[in-house]
Amino acid sequence: MNSSALTLMAITQLTVIAITGYFFYRVLTTKPKPEPDSYTEDDAT
Amino acid sequence: MVKKEAWGSRVGLILAMAGNAVGLGNFLRFPVQAVNNGGGAFIIPYLVCFLLMGIPLLWIEWSMGRFGGRSNNHSTPFILDTMTKRSFWKYFGVFGIFTNIAVAAYYCYIESWTMSYVWHSLAGTFDGLSQAEVAAFFTSYVDIGSSHTGIPYEAVVFYVLCLLLNTWILSRGLAGVEKAAKIGMPLLILFGVFLAVRGLTLGTSGASAEVPTASAWDGLNFLWTPQFDSLSNPKVWLAAAGQIFFTLSVGMGTIHCYAAYVRSKDDIALNAVSAGFMNEFVEVVLGSLIVIPIAAGYLGLDWVKENAGFGMAFQTMPFLFEKWGPILSVVAGVMWFGLLFFAGITSSLAMGTPWMGFMRDEFNWGRIKGAWSFGAIVLLLGLPTVIFFQEGVFDEFDYWAGTVALVVFALAETVLFAWVFGMNKGWKELMSGSDLKVPLIYKFIIKYVTPLLLLLVFLGALFTPMDNDWVGALNSLFSGGGWALDNSSIIKTIANTGLHEQLAAATDPAEITRLTDRLFYTNMARGILVLTFAGLSTLVYVAAVRRMRSTKRHAA
Repeated sequence: MNSSALTLMAITQLTVIAITGYFFYRVLTTKPKPEPDSYTEDDAT
Repeated sequence: MVKKEAWGSRVGLILAMAGNAVGLGNFLRFPVQAVNNGGGAFIIPYLVCFLLMGIPLLWIEWSMGRFGGRSNNHSTPFILDTMTKRSFWKYFGVFGIFTNIAVAAYYCYIESWTMSYVWHSLAGTFDGLSQAEVAAFFTSYVDIGSSHTGIPYEAVVFYVLCLLLNTWILSRGLAGVEKAAKIGMPLLILFGVFLAVRGLTLGTSGASAEVPTASAWDGLNFLWTPQFDSLSNPKVWLAAAGQIFFTLSVGMGTIHCYAAYVRSKDDIALNAVSAGFMNEFVEVVLGSLIVIPIAAGYLGLDWVKENAGFGMAFQTMPFLFEKWGPILSVVAGVMWFGLLFFAGITSSLAMGTPWMGFMRDEFNWGRIKGAWSFGAIVLLLGLPTVIFFQEGVFDEFDYWAGTVALVVFALAETVLFAWVFGMNKGWKELMSGSDLKVPLIYKFIIKYVTPLLLLLVFLGALFTPMDNDWVGALNSLFSGGGWALDNSSIIKTIANTGLHEQLAAATDPAEITRLTDRLFYTNMARGILVLTFAGLSTLVYVAAVRRMRSTKRHAA
């Protein structure tokens, strides 16, 4: 591969992998919010 | 009263949303668009459009869905209705059911090809076939009269089987959809990584006496070498915006429907970007490393330049896998068509949920009744696309329901969210329960930039210039030469200009008959789509009347 193609491919793909991994990690590690006491509370606007 | 449904887990929801977005286009449309629009430079407008149009649209649709779900609305007609006092908006919401039913009708057909090709890969159908014979296999497969398994009307049988599988999973409700995503998405990524590693490491090992210069590196160079001069071409930006639009499955109504089952205090901002980036991972990382490098590695770059397109998946890849030896060719065939199948089914399942949500909310239909009625309607609409595939019915459904309707609906919902519902209320809804601090600049982007970009995409499709030459068309316009439309523009497509021109030029009686038939079936397909939209609008009207009567009864 030529160097400009390789550079662009590596930067783009590593960036996408890093951001995807970061957001998914945050999803997995964020503590779930406490359950509402009732459905009525959950549905309240 | 039908039992209220909910997502079982946050990961399940994100995988279902990502599965909804990830489709065949991630592996087939993206690399071809990149190749045709400046190679590596395409990624720049593509990522800019992802940030300015894709992510905002995801947030808009997730917010609208959760907002509507709070009032027990799980489909776009009445989700839109809850956001405004003007009653006509719910008829825009009809697009959110119509698009899904019409797209599912032909999408399940493509999905059934992948099912069938998994079978044929296992059965060794492609063993020893030449490239031309593998391509001819596909042509003969979609000519439904032929059979390669001994089963009569094989293509129809696989289509019905595929539809039955979709319907069965849908009849298990949200839990069924979530389970399918939890199985399908990891397998899709696993299969994709295997094939991508193969594409990345193929190098020049695929060169042969017929194509001695073939090299996978040439394919990757072609795909990723930036041609920065293309950045000043409006065509490239429109192509990038279009790709972002279709890859994220926005403007369909499926995201609203899935988000309507999210609890009112749960996050949507982080979930939306997480699902969106998962789609980007599959598209930019896996999608770019499979078809183009593998094809260039065996057939050479010139072949790829001439033939890059959707058909490569079925007409070329099985032939290339055969070069990997008897065992690996079967494994690769099953993985390739398996990943396309998982990409397809996680999307087609999403298409069933708006109809089911609507019928449950408005007519108290349970999930089994909802799922089987969806299957029946899709079968009814889909059979013309299967039987008259060669006559263009499939293409017509894809153009109007799978392309134009999405842009119209996305533009309408963005205006509704940012301007009618109001940006302050919309922002409050997005940030409610959020696990992500969204930069304030997005308030401005959602209000001004996203609608403007969508308007440009719509106008670009409506007035596509001759040969897609935007620079030439703009020069011509400003020098008083007018704006010559291309036959692919919406305006010329409505008038069937291209077909009429071909008919006027044809002299061979057989060709005249073929074109006349094509014109008939094109108009027939449009008639079916208009009737479907009208039927769904009537159902929405009936539902609105029922709601009004119910409110009056309760008031009395």
